[in-house]
Amino acid sequence: MKDLVGIKELGRDDIERILDTAASFKDVLKRDIKKVPALRGKTVVNLFFEPSTRTKTSFELAEKRISTDVLNFSVPTSSVVKGESLLDTVRTIEAYGVDFIVIRHSSSGVPHFIARNVKASVINAGDGINEHPTQALLDAFSIVEKKGGLSGLKVAIVGDITHSRVAKSNVYLLSKFGAHIRLVGPPTLIPDMSGYDVEVFYNMEDGLKDVDVIMMLRIQMERQVKGFFPSTEEYSKNWGLDEQRLKLADKNAIVMHPGPMNRGIEISSDVADSAQSIILDQVTNGIAVRMAVMYLLGGAKGNA
Amino acid sequence: MRNAMLIKNGHIIDPSQGIDGIGDILIEDGKIVKMEQKSRRAEEQKKKSPDFRIIDATGLYVIPGLVDMHVHLREPGFEHKETIKTGTLAAVKGGITSVCCMPNTNPVNDNRTVTEFILRKAYDEGSCNVYPIGAITKGQKGEELAEMGMMREEGCVAFSDDGMPVVNGILMRRALEYSKTFNVPIISHCEDISLSEGGSMNEGALSTQLGLRGIPSASEDVMVARDIILAELTGGRLHIAHVSTEGSVRLIRQAKERGVNITAETCPHYFTITEDAVKGYNTNAKVNPPLRTQKDVEAVREGLKDGTIDIIATDHAPHHRDEKLLEFDKAPSGISGFETALSLSLMLVHDGVLTMSRLVEKTALHPARIVGIDKGTLKTGSDADIAITDMNKEFKVEPDKFISKGKNTPFDGWKLKGMPIITICKGKIYDWRS
Repeated sequence: MKDLVGIKELGRDDIERILDTAASFKDVLKRDIKKVPALRGKTVVNLFFEPSTRTKTSFELAEKRISTDVLNFSVPTSSVVKGESLLDTVRTIEAYGVDFIVIRHSSSGVPHFIARNVKASVINAGDGINEHPTQALLDAFSIVEKKGGLSGLKVAIVGDITHSRVAKSNVYLLSKFGAHIRLVGPPTLIPDMSGYDVEVFYNMEDGLKDVDVIMMLRIQMERQVKGFFPSTEEYSKNWGLDEQRLKLADKNAIVMHPGPMNRGIEISSDVADSAQSIILDQVTNGIAVRMAVMYLLGGAKGNA
Repeated sequence: MRNAMLIKNGHIIDPSQGIDGIGDILIEDGKIVKMEQKSRRAEEQKKKSPDFRIIDATGLYVIPGLVDMHVHLREPGFEHKETIKTGTLAAVKGGITSVCCMPNTNPVNDNRTVTEFILRKAYDEGSCNVYPIGAITKGQKGEELAEMGMMREEGCVAFSDDGMPVVNGILMRRALEYSKTFNVPIISHCEDISLSEGGSMNEGALSTQLGLRGIPSASEDVMVARDIILAELTGGRLHIAHVSTEGSVRLIRQAKERGVNITAETCPHYFTITEDAVKGYNTNAKVNPPLRTQKDVEAVREGLKDGTIDIIATDHAPHHRDEKLLEFDKAPSGISGFETALSLSLMLVHDGVLTMSRLVEKTALHPARIVGIDKGTLKTGSDADIAITDMNKEFKVEPDKFISKGKNTPFDGWKLKGMPIITICKGKIYDWRS
């Protein structure tokens, strides 16, 4: 495998291998010296065409922990503003001799487009409203850590599914492992997912009943302007997760959120900070999972 | 003896005269002078003039050159995509001998000066006949009517804001009313942009899977419904461009049953391929309206079969290679269609959807009638615009070999059966076999 462009493109065994490898890297991260020389001499460029703090930081830390040389390319200082085409930008960067391109872009399909045109390994750090594969991998890792597996679990994904690449990647991953997926949110924000075994709930109380995992999604304020819902207050009243609603889930249910959270809107503070919340574990696991992805892609000889 | 030729022993299809049989066509000075079911004059002609050319069309179809009433020649303003010179020669390669070019050039063809420029350029450099379509509104902005009368006088044969729907209902009403003065059709690009905004492919399960924002069928259907109702109100001549949905076909069928004065068009890609062509973010399959589903393809084929859809046009929309080598949502829409259109349409004959005669109606005779030009026929006295077609010739689509500057086709690498092998247009013979 040269690239990680999406979960859709992965087989079950690819995912299992990534999760197993991530477990070893997580052990490394618990040590006093948190660095391994696995990819010394390899170069990574973080190519973020969309603002990102969390994902970029997580990737950068993973890249350092696995001993790659890191280059950051951010939009405001680039030639993108000078009208250079995306492909020219990427080819220029490749000519510097990089081994990995970690890319985030607002247009869906950009990692696929780039991967076809360069020899470096391309890692999708989020493309448009398509996928965010490393997020789904770290979510799966975090669930397995707490629940021991994925098969047969009832997982509710709550919020703006239509515009969430996190939700999409999670649906693709969880459905490969036989989890029961529920999509919960207003009808305006639930896309056509026929072909995948998902149950749709417009009513949150029904959607949360007896679930093992609750994945909350960040709600973007601009969706209100576009008429997907009338106000954040009304959204919160209908699809926000608070203590009362959390009680409807299985008593050992875990609560997840990819961050950054809108406290008091899609998730109440008491839930976010509760014992059932594994939001900070997700952050830690993200580094191990991203190390594993780079290790497995860059471990193969003769990629570049 | 003047410049003369005889097309001998071909299978002549000319629905304008109800002809479907073996025969000969005699051409002098670019005009059809005689058609005979079986001619014995060839030998005596040959004796009279050593220059007399005989084309043996045994085993081939001899049909009127195609009339393509929906094309983009891109000149003036976008000569990097296509020019009148390259576009018209590409058309001739595809067996098309007359084209109607859309006004979305730069400047927009919304006044007689631009119309005159296009016609002069076509006269000087064009390989086929060119009939400009004028804009409905100034600058295609959808605000004020353009000077239809003057453009009509200059040579425009229809009016359209193609690419840009006329959003304002009252303006569309006025256009349909006002155009009655000149008895010209208003060609409507039916799209409710509030429903399609931001979309780059058909909306459905596949758009979710690709993470691309969708354009629902409703975006087309809603506008088709509105324009049918306005045509009914005004009695104006409405022509609905590039029908892509099952819903549009149904609405048009119902309107025709009520006797509303409308005609409708589709393009080869809408009866041949589905949204699946977009998979892998193939920008060459990005087109507006978008490629739909199998159910829509079948409905469009049914519409062609039962007469709901009157004509086939290419919507030839060439783009420069670099413009398609972009992020999917940023790439421009459009397919370079001239050099595959007839072959793809012949599949309808191979598949039994249309007879050869019905196909010629939809690709030559009907479009000529809709825009009111004396084309699409092999009647005595007509210009000798002819496509000699081999139904069984197989070939592979190779965009790099297109004459058109636009290499943007989703049919790259397809194996097709049937193609024009000789085109006769404006007194010239193009033999594509050599």
